Amino acid sequence: MKNNVKNRFKQADKEALITVILYLVFFVWWYVFAYGLGSKPASEYSYILGFPAWFFYSCILGYLIISFLLWFVVKKFFVDIPLDDNELENDKNKDE
Amino acid sequence: MNRFLIILPIIIYLTVMIIIAIYTNKSSKKSKSDSLEEYFIGGRSMGGLVLSMTLIATFTSASSFIGGPGVAYNQGLGWVLLATIQVPTAFLTLGVLGKKFAIVSRRIKAVTVTDYLRVRYKNNFVVIFASISLLVFMTAIMVAQFIGGARLFQAVTGYPYIVGLVIFGITVVIYTTLGGFKAVALTDAIQGIIMVLATICIFGGVVKYGGGLDSIMSKLVSINPDLITPFGVDNFISKPYILSFWLLVGIAVLGLPQTSVRCMGFKDSKSLHNAMIIGTFVVGFLMLGMTLVGVMGKAILPDITVSDLAVPTITMKVMPPVLAGIFIAGPLAAIMSTVDSLIILCSAAIVKDFYMNYSKKKVSSKKLSKMSFYTTAIIGLIVFFISINPPDLIVWINLFAFGGLEAAFLWPTILGLYWKRANATGAIASMVVGVGAFFYFSITKISIAGTQAIVPTVILSLLAFIIGSYIGKKPEQETIDLFWI
Repeated sequence: MKNNVKNRFKQADKEALITVILYLVFFVWWYVFAYGLGSKPASEYSYILGFPAWFFYSCILGYLIISFLLWFVVKKFFVDIPLDDNELENDKNKDE
Repeated sequence: MNRFLIILPIIIYLTVMIIIAIYTNKSSKKSKSDSLEEYFIGGRSMGGLVLSMTLIATFTSASSFIGGPGVAYNQGLGWVLLATIQVPTAFLTLGVLGKKFAIVSRRIKAVTVTDYLRVRYKNNFVVIFASISLLVFMTAIMVAQFIGGARLFQAVTGYPYIVGLVIFGITVVIYTTLGGFKAVALTDAIQGIIMVLATICIFGGVVKYGGGLDSIMSKLVSINPDLITPFGVDNFISKPYILSFWLLVGIAVLGLPQTSVRCMGFKDSKSLHNAMIIGTFVVGFLMLGMTLVGVMGKAILPDITVSDLAVPTITMKVMPPVLAGIFIAGPLAAIMSTVDSLIILCSAAIVKDFYMNYSKKKVSSKKLSKMSFYTTAIIGLIVFFISINPPDLIVWINLFAFGGLEAAFLWPTILGLYWKRANATGAIASMVVGVGAFFYFSITKISIAGTQAIVPTVILSLLAFIIGSYIGKKPEQETIDLFWI
């Protein structure tokens, strides 16, 4: 049983790490588009759907993309693990 | 008549909140689980939707609906860029604390963050320092929220300050006291939905009134081209300034007890997964939507001088009275859902962290339930009475409350969970240095490379934690086993 519990924490650690990476991805996206496209004078801005391009990419698209990435990552890498110690033992008994 | 039309939806809405509390109060009495666990953490039964909504609703306060958009009104799209920083905060908190915190808190039967700190660090100073900073800072935040709400109510309806305060202040106190955490979470969920609806209505209203996005943007450029840059008016939003917010409303939120306690209360892994996805989507929608309203409002009504009145004024301009009443319910929802969570945390701090830990008598669980009930009511009433005529000290403390809580709790919470060497010496050093540094840098306004006070605070309290932990003894094997095996 001990072994099983340890894996549970390992899985939680892995998921925490993935979360942090995703957070960094969003930060980079946010920064690069806002200051990459937004640092020139306002008169030279191009527009997408009525918004200045830097704002559209950094804030609006960034928000939609991170929501999608998050959905994808959670479905793909996050595992449904029991949170209660008792529940874990019950599961184990069922398996055996 | 107009005033009545505005106030009508608010009254209906408040009544619903109280009905929910009465209902949860009845159903909790039937529940088999431990009564304290039921009252303070809702029997760890939150599903994904409720978890995400209560997290958002607690986090979204008066400033998200009034203060933030008010600044956006003056600073333009740069302030929306700043608000976007909050988009990933929900998933960061849930993902990093999430499962490990949930597993451990079940194992040690923790219902408050201080419970967790007590078991992890086994130190009275940590427990007392944590509880006291929680009580002081949260009282200040609650009073500030109440003041904000009552002023808003006054501005919109024209009724006196005290009327607004009585109406929604008393409602919050009643439903929180009656229903405990479960009622708080459920009403938060409804309040979250109201906030979304309010945002959609007013966003649509403003775009329509302003003649579409293109015309709004060109109007903004003609007022001041700075309004559509990432830098704000006259470079008000400098890079070091905006990057500080990645700590203040981003990473350091991991430390806020009102956020982390929610990671103790969800039902299962699936709830967490769903909450991460829903939470991020909804929070992004609210933050982007409301701050954009502030920005676009500038194109419609360019001459509002008091920035806190920008959103209410714009709302009254673009919406018919009944809808305006529904909109005003949005910020009221944000305020109430922040205050209710804090009341219940303060009550838990007194009953669980002080009374139960330090009283020698054994008390029955029935008596504890009663005590929790009365403590909650008393805290709520104290906050209410302070708000009627708020002393300057409280208003002043509120300026430091958000960052102060983060400074006290951030590293002890995270490192306790993920660093085996973390011990009481480190935690004490980090809490004292953190809170001290935050006050010092905020008051003296000394800025390191243009950043805000939270940046040196987080760095110094981290260093203090690490140095302290290496000076102090290694944690006992027993503690390590509890948290790592």
